[in-house]
Amino acid sequence: MRVIKLNKQNLIPFLELISKEKELWGPVKKGDKYAFEVIDDFNKLQLYTTRTILPPKKIFIPPTFNMFNVTPKGYQNDFSHVKKRIIFGVHPCDIHGLLILDKLFGQKYPDPYYLEARKQTIILGLSCWPDEHCFAKSTNTHIVEEGFDLFFTDLETYFLVWVGSSIGDDLIKLNPKLFDENLTFKDIQNFIDWQIERNKAYKLEINFIGMPDLMELRYHDPIWEKIGGACLSCGSCSMVCPTCNCFNVVDKNFLGKETSKRFRSWDSCTLPEYSEIAGGENFRKNRSDRLKLWYIHKLQAFVSKYGKPACVGCGRCLVTCPVDINVVTVSRALQGEDVDAFWNKMSKEVTNESRK
Amino acid sequence: MSQENSLDKDLNPFFPEQARIVRTYYLTKDVKFFQVRFVDMEKALSFKYLPGQFCMISVLNTGEAPFSISSTPSRPGMLEFCIRRAGLVTNALFGLKENSIIGIRGPYGNGFPIQKMKDKDLIIVAGGLGIAPLRSVLLYSLDNREQFGNIYFLYGAKRPAEMIFREDFLLLKERDDLECLLTVDEDDTGTWTEHIGVVTTLFNYLKNVEPSKTYALVCGPPVMYKFVIQELLKFNIPKHQILMTLERRMKCGIGKCGHCAIGYIYTCIDGPVFSYWDVIHMRELI
Repeated sequence: MRVIKLNKQNLIPFLELISKEKELWGPVKKGDKYAFEVIDDFNKLQLYTTRTILPPKKIFIPPTFNMFNVTPKGYQNDFSHVKKRIIFGVHPCDIHGLLILDKLFGQKYPDPYYLEARKQTIILGLSCWPDEHCFAKSTNTHIVEEGFDLFFTDLETYFLVWVGSSIGDDLIKLNPKLFDENLTFKDIQNFIDWQIERNKAYKLEINFIGMPDLMELRYHDPIWEKIGGACLSCGSCSMVCPTCNCFNVVDKNFLGKETSKRFRSWDSCTLPEYSEIAGGENFRKNRSDRLKLWYIHKLQAFVSKYGKPACVGCGRCLVTCPVDINVVTVSRALQGEDVDAFWNKMSKEVTNESRK
Repeated sequence: MSQENSLDKDLNPFFPEQARIVRTYYLTKDVKFFQVRFVDMEKALSFKYLPGQFCMISVLNTGEAPFSISSTPSRPGMLEFCIRRAGLVTNALFGLKENSIIGIRGPYGNGFPIQKMKDKDLIIVAGGLGIAPLRSVLLYSLDNREQFGNIYFLYGAKRPAEMIFREDFLLLKERDDLECLLTVDEDDTGTWTEHIGVVTTLFNYLKNVEPSKTYALVCGPPVMYKFVIQELLKFNIPKHQILMTLERRMKCGIGKCGHCAIGYIYTCIDGPVFSYWDVIHMRELI
């Protein structure tokens, strides 16, 4: 891979240059958190961020968007959510999240609503520094080798820029003078030192090895009832998860008109109506069954299909779930640990029976 | 820059093709028959499917839902569905008259393994609306009678008026190349001449079942499976030759929306036909 250097003060000029023809998205501050937004003011762009509230999937498949305009004459494709975009500041874990969505949406019947948006979007990755909720090293998603057009590794005064695609190469050609082609031995050493230090900075670790077997062997274990008893079925874990792809489809018509739209919205398997069929029969009435499906999908099913878990260690479920149900606590509970989680603190009066 | 309509509809697997309701009538008080044909002549004639597969049907300005195909691919050109009024989409469908336009996409799902079933005996067991997907395989096997061994068709309904395709099936009794056994839980008419009792009572009439060369195909209300499977196991029919077709909530039919996921499989792609072994193996299926 071609690797070049960019002086830090040249970053904004470079981003300004490339954002002239395409919509540039990047992380901005939102309260005490961060979010990907369209950058209209470069002063707002944040370079040193932890995870954004929502992963970049929201840019490719918006929380709700229209699939078809419907008239008495039939259905008309609506791909208006697809735009030429550049996303700057995508961390390695989120790039891995997109690579996982590529698999889910690309298999068998490719989903054009996701894939078209993906084709039109340029990804500019950015290195990050873990906080106490990051465990991307455990999922081996703290580094990336593919899935970006350019990747910026932050070495304090300058970036190492990894050129991941010919589109990325074209962007550099817009003004090659901003970049330095000559990597010195010192630069390489800086990078290696940075990598060692960063690896050490990952304090949170979980062992995913054996998880598929544990999920299988503890399928009927009462631990699921216990965890399910605490779950609020709010669906937040799915909204913030970079690999959750489920959606609902609803037609909405407009009063007094013979036209409608077919909307597609994010959905979550933890919501009660998710598995309900016509006539009211529900295959997962119990919240522990729904929660189990969420974890089976990520830590067992995906592994058997693709050889790795559908978790990228971003830590969003850790900071989002109001009752401590997340990949780390659930995995550790399955591994037999007495975890410090809400479900272990709940009073006995709040039994699973009363919380179905 | 908007990409509106830039994509060919053929590349969009979510795109509902226009189809016309050619015939529709009530089969029972809450189940209606729909015979439909794609508006596009070429599509109508080239549409290929297997018994046991399903389609996503759209009603303009209302929504979309999955339905098993009740017609047989051995009679091409038309698609048939037996639909119970149960929710938003079916309510709207029931309001549509002949000649109305609906949207259809598919076929989806694995369907019955017709190739493996060749030269085998078939025991087809349907309960209530479970006939919807099984009518396809029943008609297919009768249209290709020489390709199968003995055919037993066991069908149970609550009352005579709720037996879907009652007249058609009573006529089947006159054929000597299949055993057609019909039963109702209760006869409120006093004129029912066939069996009375739940569908499992019909198993007493099966003679000389050769388990290794028999495929059993089951579809009915959830409560029925357990009892029917018990009967089939008594005949020593191998677990992987007991096939059932299942119902799940679906929003895409193509393995994307996640609603029909069970463990590591999607009912829409890996099913909806599963063997009894799959059911034991994967849990949650029934």
